[in-house]
Amino acid sequence: MNDLLPLLKDLISEPGLSGYESPVRKLIENAWRPLTDEIHVSRLGSLHALRKGRAPEPRPSLLLTGHMDAIGLMVTSLVDGFIRLVEVGGVDPRVLPGQLVTVHGRKDIPGVIVQPPSYLLPSEVRGVAVPLKYLLVDVGLEPAQVERLVRVGDLVSFAQTPIELGEDYLVGHTLDDRAAVGVITQCLVELQGRSLNWDLWVAATSQEEETFGGAFTSAYQLRPTLAVAIDVTFASGPGSPSHLTFPLGKGFTLGWGPNIHPKFHKAMKDLADRLEIPHKLEPMPELSGTDAYAMQVVAEGVPTMMVGIPLRYMHTPVEMVCLKDITRSGRFLADFAAQLDDKFMEKLSVYPEVVSHED
Amino acid sequence: MKIETIANMSKNRIPSIGNAQIRLLESLCNASAVSGEEEKVRSIVLEQIRPLVDEIKVDALGNVLAKRFGQEKKRLRVMVTAHMDEVGMMIVADDEEGLFRFETVGGLEVSQLVGKAVWVGKNRVPGVIGAKPIHLVEQDELSQLIKLEALRIDVGPENGKKVKVGDRATFATPFIRLGPSLRAKALDDRVGVATLIELIRQPQPHLDLLAAFTVQEEVGLRGARVAAYTLDPDLAFVIDCTPARDLPDWESGGYHVEKEEIENTQYNTRLGAGPAIYIADHATLSDPRLIRHLVETAEALKIPYQIRQPGGGGTDAGAIHRQRVGVPTVSISVPGRYLHTTASIIRLEDWKNTLALIHAALSLLSPRLLRTER
Amino acid sequence: MKSLIKKLVETIGPSGYESQIRAVIREEVEPLVDEVRVDNLGNLIARKGGKLPGEVRGQPGVKIMLAAHIDEIGLIASHIDDFGFVRFVPIGGVRPHTCPGGRVRFLNGVEGVIGIERFSIALRSESNNSVPSFEQMYIDVGVSSRKDCSLHVGDMAVFERPFLDMGKRLVSKAMDDRIGTAVLIETLRQFEEQSISSPHQLYFVFSVQEEVGLRGAMTAAFGVDPDLGLAVDVTACGDTPRGGKMEVGLGRGPAIKVRDEGMLADPRLVDWMVETARRARVPYQMEILIGGTTDARSIQLTRAGVPAGCLSIPCRYIHSPSEMVDFGDVQNAVKLLVELLSNPIKFLTCPQS
Repeated sequence: MNDLLPLLKDLISEPGLSGYESPVRKLIENAWRPLTDEIHVSRLGSLHALRKGRAPEPRPSLLLTGHMDAIGLMVTSLVDGFIRLVEVGGVDPRVLPGQLVTVHGRKDIPGVIVQPPSYLLPSEVRGVAVPLKYLLVDVGLEPAQVERLVRVGDLVSFAQTPIELGEDYLVGHTLDDRAAVGVITQCLVELQGRSLNWDLWVAATSQEEETFGGAFTSAYQLRPTLAVAIDVTFASGPGSPSHLTFPLGKGFTLGWGPNIHPKFHKAMKDLADRLEIPHKLEPMPELSGTDAYAMQVVAEGVPTMMVGIPLRYMHTPVEMVCLKDITRSGRFLADFAAQLDDKFMEKLSVYPEVVSHED
Repeated sequence: MKIETIANMSKNRIPSIGNAQIRLLESLCNASAVSGEEEKVRSIVLEQIRPLVDEIKVDALGNVLAKRFGQEKKRLRVMVTAHMDEVGMMIVADDEEGLFRFETVGGLEVSQLVGKAVWVGKNRVPGVIGAKPIHLVEQDELSQLIKLEALRIDVGPENGKKVKVGDRATFATPFIRLGPSLRAKALDDRVGVATLIELIRQPQPHLDLLAAFTVQEEVGLRGARVAAYTLDPDLAFVIDCTPARDLPDWESGGYHVEKEEIENTQYNTRLGAGPAIYIADHATLSDPRLIRHLVETAEALKIPYQIRQPGGGGTDAGAIHRQRVGVPTVSISVPGRYLHTTASIIRLEDWKNTLALIHAALSLLSPRLLRTER
Repeated sequence: MKSLIKKLVETIGPSGYESQIRAVIREEVEPLVDEVRVDNLGNLIARKGGKLPGEVRGQPGVKIMLAAHIDEIGLIASHIDDFGFVRFVPIGGVRPHTCPGGRVRFLNGVEGVIGIERFSIALRSESNNSVPSFEQMYIDVGVSSRKDCSLHVGDMAVFERPFLDMGKRLVSKAMDDRIGTAVLIETLRQFEEQSISSPHQLYFVFSVQEEVGLRGAMTAAFGVDPDLGLAVDVTACGDTPRGGKMEVGLGRGPAIKVRDEGMLADPRLVDWMVETARRARVPYQMEILIGGTTDARSIQLTRAGVPAGCLSIPCRYIHSPSEMVDFGDVQNAVKLLVELLSNPIKFLTCPQS
């Protein structure tokens, strides 16, 4: 269980904002290369790796995705040595004042996000949450130095270092969704030495937080028979209404709703029940807000599933997960992948035959 | 061939709406099929069209894709669609004693939900969405909109076990005929589904009819997107049901009224004015060649029609026309009042004319239509 | 080039009904390219270069798609009342505050003036500010009754303003994106005049329906299936009194887009544009646009993905009938584009780092 911890900590310390994932991608590539048969990078910067199956061609394939891009900020202008920002991905500006950040200019520069005193701001934003456009980054350098080192378009990422809370809980930024990269890595580790019938593709997708671009294009390129998006979901905690959340450490969630193929859900649920792995149904009445949303409607359509890892304080620099949830999900997905055979698709393609329309 | 001759040919084979068609629409409307769980309607569709088509397939999202091939050479491949799903609700949490939290699926206003009867789940467990008795409502509360978070679906303490998180729910409105009108839930777009089934019954030797009964239109035109990619048609017609907001302005009537102040100028379509042809909605700018074809066909055969007011809204055309290298597409809808509420109303006459117009337009299609540039 | 720009901006072409402007562009472009076709949505796709990309200095060429959209925002008639007044809804991002008193021209040639309901605003308006909503406006085409009005529900109009040449600055309606169109055409002319041969296979796409959701570029990109995509479109400026906070201004060179509301440009592509601009001594600005996106987004998400970016022409008063650009910026954009397209593109032809 602790084998994954060093990798997870590295993952959430490495920069890789949406559209600029290459630093963290290199890390993931190093982790996945020894565990897979083929590895390559997509045109939009997603990482794809393949564990080949043994069944005769044409072989069906399962795709597991976790998105590797982080939310963060970008430099829009420099004013007297202070830096103005725009968001990359969805950032709640209320968590920003006082946050330690790294400005990735000509070199990495430590900075802090500051909220100017209210008399320097328009009257409408007094007494209410200050929008991002009024916040500044102070890097502590002279304006001339800042002009030399920082440019419009440079990235700013959270500098929060990982914190272990006891044995089982990890805190840091970008556990959304690098926790899923951890899950996939665990899955690949479990499958070492085990053979597969189906091909197993794993993808660390890019740009989920902005356009779902990685998911759309990776699914198009790989055309999997089935696709699973692994993403974080809302864990119960302060400020989050209990009916929308799931407890930390009590297992993963299985998505349910229009983005999800109902029989694919059932197949995963049945396996989890058989293996006595705790899980909960996560209702997603309309859209899932995950890579599953994109992958489902690519080309001729793909049966999709979503596996959720509960996480507290999503989209803040202090996201929290339970390591047990990550390793259990990884093992479960390995077992799921290993039991796929030539009969599986029949289970999915049996839509209700002609039945009487009296209920 | 002169248009009059073609018109005569076409007239002889115009499909009609009789009791069988109305019964079919009744069973379609009474079935529950919220976006993402369209099985009940899909079964009816499959049963109806299986004997009529050459190929049939249910795809990864649950769309029914059916092909009826023509015989002539150089046939146009024509996609015609209607969506099977309706707006509704999903149970998201169990509050014990038969009370359940829920969320809406598709564009459903909270104000339409209060004090209504619903059917929950595949077994149609009856339930109600109650409201606080007016006796207990504070004076200032009365003017405020009721929030979704405050509502629950109540199936009664005994039946709580029959319902689980993830179940879908719809309004519990039975279909009835009211003179010239039909009243039911989900006329959007079961009337389109019924129309498409009738169209499939009519042979069209000069084209391949690629029928798509789509899913998840109400949550983002999801089914149509993949259906169009798979079918890869030359052009597409979309049959939907569009709002008729042709009610009187509140200032109408009474004395001393100046006419231009009280005209309802945003009616979208009018009940009784015939099938509504789309020029532009929020998702699609219809192909002008297809608009022209529909209008010319309607004029030649004296089928009443109206132009849907441009503006908001969208149909499966929004997804279809953007697929692959683009698909010339147009939508035609039956006008309906009170869509996405417990009870929508359409006129039988509008439905008949919609079916007649689309059938005629298909009969008169030729590859020449696409030879001019858009 | 100014007469080309004038001809382009003064031609009518609202989203979905671009045939007139397309015809004008086709006439300009056909003699300069190898193949021209029109696709199912009306995009004009012009190929320059052989059936396959070529080579230069040992480096292979690639397939590049350039896109400038030919449609403009406009209005569409939604109701003709008994007195012949025409109610409308917008096509694309028309700003209500630019409408009152504006002049429009319909596709069938009819001209009109936009009027607003006056007393209704006080009595029935839902909004508290003084900008009327589209529901409170109408077009007066100078008739007294519906039967004298030659318009029908669904007829389309665009704003009517003549091109204004101020010397350094140019003003017109539809600079968005006829100026991008002009840049593409002028680039082709430069290739011809300077006898430049590009190693790349170039697809100049004059796209449709951008203003209503980047629709034309989607289908054009699917058909072309390029290795790289570059849109040429306008971007906003931050250099007007109490304007938006943006580091882009007129007269400082074309802008290299880093990010906008719908897209993060491929960083390798951004670096390529910056390096090329430096090498060719073309002034440039770095652009982040809040509010708005371009065809580049559609291209980027096509099929298995396309590295994409955008070369922007700074423009004041976007989506008003008087959009203003700097002619120097436009000329520099052409210069930069020619330079970009005539040399090998290392980041595509060398292995991914």
